[in-house]
This record gives sequence, C-alpha cells and structure tokens, in this order.
Amino acid sequence: MPKGMTELRHKYLRHHKKFPHVWCSGCGNGIVLGALIRAIERLKLKKDDIVLASGIGCSGRMPTYVDFNTVHTTHGRALTFATGIKLAKPSLNVIAVMGDGDATAIGGNHFIHAARRNLDLTAIIINNQIYGMTGGQASPTTPYGANSTTSSFSNIEHAFSIAELAVAAGASFVARGTVYHAAQLDKLIEKGIRKNGFSVVEIMSNCHVQFGRRNNMGDPVTMLNWFKEHAISKVNGSSIPPDSLDDNFTIGILADVDKPDYIAEYQKIRQMAKGK
Amino acid sequence: MVPELNGKKLLLQGNEAMVEGAIAAGCRFYAGYPITPASEISERMSYRLPQVDGTFIQMEDEISSLGAVIGASLAGVKSMTATSGPGFSLMQENLGYACMTEVPCVIVNVMRGGPSTGLPTSPAQGDVMQARWGTHGDHPIIVLSVASVSECFSIIVTAFNLSEKYRVPVIVLSDEVVAHSRETFTIPPADSIEVVDRIAPNVPPEWYKPYEDNSRGVPTMSSMGDGYRHHVTGLVHDADGFPTDKPEDIEAFTKRQFKKITNGFFEIQITKKFNLEDAEIVVIAYGSVARSARHAVAMARAQGIKAGLIQLVTIFPFPKNTVVNVMRQCKAVLVPEMNMGQISREVKRVNPGTTEVFKYNRIDGQLITPQEIFEEIQKI
Repeated sequence: MPKGMTELRHKYLRHHKKFPHVWCSGCGNGIVLGALIRAIERLKLKKDDIVLASGIGCSGRMPTYVDFNTVHTTHGRALTFATGIKLAKPSLNVIAVMGDGDATAIGGNHFIHAARRNLDLTAIIINNQIYGMTGGQASPTTPYGANSTTSSFSNIEHAFSIAELAVAAGASFVARGTVYHAAQLDKLIEKGIRKNGFSVVEIMSNCHVQFGRRNNMGDPVTMLNWFKEHAISKVNGSSIPPDSLDDNFTIGILADVDKPDYIAEYQKIRQMAKGK
Repeated sequence: MVPELNGKKLLLQGNEAMVEGAIAAGCRFYAGYPITPASEISERMSYRLPQVDGTFIQMEDEISSLGAVIGASLAGVKSMTATSGPGFSLMQENLGYACMTEVPCVIVNVMRGGPSTGLPTSPAQGDVMQARWGTHGDHPIIVLSVASVSECFSIIVTAFNLSEKYRVPVIVLSDEVVAHSRETFTIPPADSIEVVDRIAPNVPPEWYKPYEDNSRGVPTMSSMGDGYRHHVTGLVHDADGFPTDKPEDIEAFTKRQFKKITNGFFEIQITKKFNLEDAEIVVIAYGSVARSARHAVAMARAQGIKAGLIQLVTIFPFPKNTVVNVMRQCKAVLVPEMNMGQISREVKRVNPGTTEVFKYNRIDGQLITPQEIFEEIQKI
C-alpha cells in the first residue's frame, strides 16, 4: 500500500516551490494528480526516470507541480514531444497528461497517430467536457444538448468518445475511469504505465465552474455524484461512451492487447540497416 | 555491413549531402513529413540513421515533426527536421517553443515558390523573412544558407555547432537548385570535422538552475533522465524554469536571449568574400544565386569591370558590419534574389548612405543565371 499522503506529497510534489496551484477549489485535476502519484509510488519508479509532458490548459499545469522531468509543451502537442523524448531515451517512462480539447481537438491528429504507432507512452486524458481555462467554451467532448459559452443555446455537435477512439486507432491499452472512482483510477494508471505499448487512460473529471454551472451541476459534489450514478463497470461486449448527460457510460479497461511496440520494432530496423 | 563513407568521393544531391553533414555533426534523431523538394533528406535519413544507431521517424505532419525533434533534443540527442515552405509555416508554433525553451535543433527549409502550395518543384527564396520572423514574439534566431553540395555538408555541421553552443534552433535555408543538383563531393574524414556539443551542468542537481544567466548568456543544459529534474515550459520562465509574471524576470529573460546571440556575432555571422579589395560594384547574394553571382563577377572582371561578391552564409543575424564596411568602399551594390526583394531590404536598412542599392528579382520559378547577373552589373 502507498505511504501516507503527507509523505507522498513531500516525495513527489514541488511543494515548497510551486504551491498554491492554479486549479479551482474542488477541481478534479488534483484527484488525477493524486492517482498518478500513487500509481508511480506503487510502480517504484525513480523520479529521474519519469517524464511528465503536457499541452495547454488546466491539465497543462500539472507537470509544474511534480518533481519529475517535466515539460509543458504547446497546445495539443504533448504526444509529439513525448514521442521524441521516448525515442531518444527509451529507458525513460514517458507520460503525457492532456485535456479533452487538447488531446482530441487541436491534438486529435497526434493522438490517433500515437495510438496507431504504438510507441510505449502513457496518455492520461482528463475529460471535463469543456475548455476550462479559457472560460467554458464547447470542446469536442461537450455532450449534445449541453450548454457552454460558445453553445449558449444548446450544443448541436456530437461528442467524441475518447477511449473508443483510442481503441479504434490501435492503442494497446485503453481504460476509462472517473475522479469519483479514485481507487480504481490508481490501478488504471498503474496498468497503463506498466503496459508496453501506447496506453490511454481517459478520466472523466469535474469542471463544475465552467461546465457544471451551465448544466445544473454547479458544485463538485453534484458532479461527482453524477459520475457515481452514471458510471457502470464494463463487463462484456461494447462500451458506452460518456456522450450524453442523461445516459450511463462504462468505466474500466476497454482494450488490453499485446503487440510489439515501436521501439522493439525499430530495433529490428537498426539490425536490418546494418545488414545483420 | 555499414559502408564507411568518410574520405569517400561520392556523387550526391544537396539534400543527400545534408544528411551526411548532419550525421557527421552528431545528429542521431530525425523526424519529418514528406514534402517536395525536401523529401530526399527524409528518405536518406530513414536508412542512414539506423545504421549509426540513430532514430528516424516519419510523423503525421510538420507540427509533430518539430515537436518530436525538440523532445529528442531535451532527452540529449542532437536532432533535426527538414521541410519546405508549407511545412515550415506549420513549424512556426514549435519553432517559437524551441526559442523560448532554448532547445538546440536544426530545421532545414528547402524553399519553393509561395505563398501556399505555390511552386513545389521550382526554386525560390521567398522564406527569408519567414525564417527571421515567422514565429510570434521577439526572438533572436540564426538563419544560414547553402549554395552548393559541399556547403550542404559543411553548413549543416556549422548549424548543429551553433545550435548546441548557443542553445537556439538554427534554420538552414536551401533552395531547389542546391537541393537537387548532383555534384561529386568527398566526405571529409571524421577527425577533420569540428563538432561542438552543448555544455552539461557540473553542479550538484540541487544547485542546478536550468535558465541561469552566465557570462555567455547561454545556460548549461542537462538531458532528461540524467538527474537534473527540472521544468521546461513555453511560458516565460525564471532562472529555475518555472512560469513567471514578474516584470524584472520577463525583461531579463528576453534580454538574455538577445545578448547571447549578440555576444557571438563574431563567429555566427559568416560571409564569404570574393574580389572585394578594389571592387566598385559588389553583389550581395545567398543560396544558389550566390553561385551564379560568383561566376558573374568573374565574367565582369574579364571585361575589366571591378566587381566583387559578398556571399551571405549567415543571413540572420544579418552580417551588418561586413556589409556596411564593404558598402563604404564601393559605389554600388546589386542584390539578386529569387523573391520580390527580402534581403535587399536588409541591405537598404544598413546602408550607410553612400552607396546605391540595386535589386534584381526573379519570381517566376526560374533560377538566376550568371549571365543575368553579369548583364545587371553591366547596366550599373
């Protein structure tokens, strides 16, 4: 079992440098960060061997707070930087944390190609269904019919299903959790990091300030309860994405397949190139 | 078996020579996306890099290519990408990131006619100002140019060396004439090539400040995974690498970016000078045009015209001192370019006021021949 939270805080957080953080009270990002730290503690990884890359947005600030090799890249591009880092130094555990707009709008192309390529990276996508930092504009995962500052009357676009998209694009490991189901989250992230190949953990998270307030869930408890009441465990068959405010959605592991990762494949190319 | 190329005489395209130059300079990572007329660089990298335990990857676009290049450089591997105008436009976002985070990398732009898709297979030099100012915000940048196959090799080495020494992205502008011309070229022996590497920190990790100023203005650079855990961000940051909004930190950061390049003018601003001693008419040119100009100057000399040439190897920071000193001595300057006049503006900007500046521009997708430049010299 992980150590007490105070010890973990002192071990992993840049607690004396970078706090207080920028996130709103009750933000789900802190729960995600906690789960990530607990997963890393369980994996007994050295801090020197971990890279946490992010894009832009509230999720983009996460690397600032942890004592790893951290890189806050450009909007949507975290996976591209992560790709270069991992290929240059495969011994590093490279984790990219992104938001829903970051990973699937501006970074959507990088996301599907990273999944297709199957490089050993772990993508953590915090899906709060909104652009939070910029003030609550509709994102690719804002549910149909929801309100945002750029869909004041009703969102007429349909939501991306992030985890399902990752499965279709070829990711080796895909899971979905929520910030309500924090204990499960630790395990999903742990499995994602452990997996040799491209892993995706989509995490439904609450932005009660920018999303909840405009959709009758203006406080964190209401939003967490919404996750509690609507998330159902995946047992068999197809998954249900979280693309409606009225319906249930599945959480758990959506895909876990074994295939050679990019670095193993590239090692073969090096041998071929040398005529061996 | 991997062929030993050092010391070998080869028939190479400019694009191919760039690959050999990069490998000689220590480049072991390349990420790129297919684009004419730069694709041969990717193609040759894809089979040469795995031979030397390097890594080639074809990315989904030019944005991701430069992202991966910066990532690999952060992890300690010398990295490069190559593209043409439309791809270079896409790279401007991450080019700014490399400037802001001071990550060494080399970006080759084999220029084509533009804007937009433009003239993919025709020579042009329309990206000079995009190379200088393409990414947003105040930033210094180093832009080099190549005029021959042998320069494709040697200038790429220079590009990597300057990039590592000053912790800046270095842009190398090529054009379709240089990129696709084939010339015999002898790859120099490895021990004859000067290779510069970034300076690693030599303090204990807890003392390390990744963006701390020093006499050169160039902070030492650790690689990810070597124990110097720190934060890298495209936000304006303090000496510790963390975002800052303190006016004094912001100003110090930006001024240091310029200081480090200004301090290095003596070695960054590279020019080649031909027949300048008594020259009355001086041609200022770069890229394949400089090669035509060299021939044109010889033609003019044969006719008794006192002509000379400054070949700009470094375009930015613009070699103002060299140009001004020559302009003080001569009567007229001719700036031939395959664009509407981008470097001629720079020449006019630094003109001490005593010299007439003439332009000669081709924007029809055709190269500029020695005869054309010779005729322009005669007109002056």
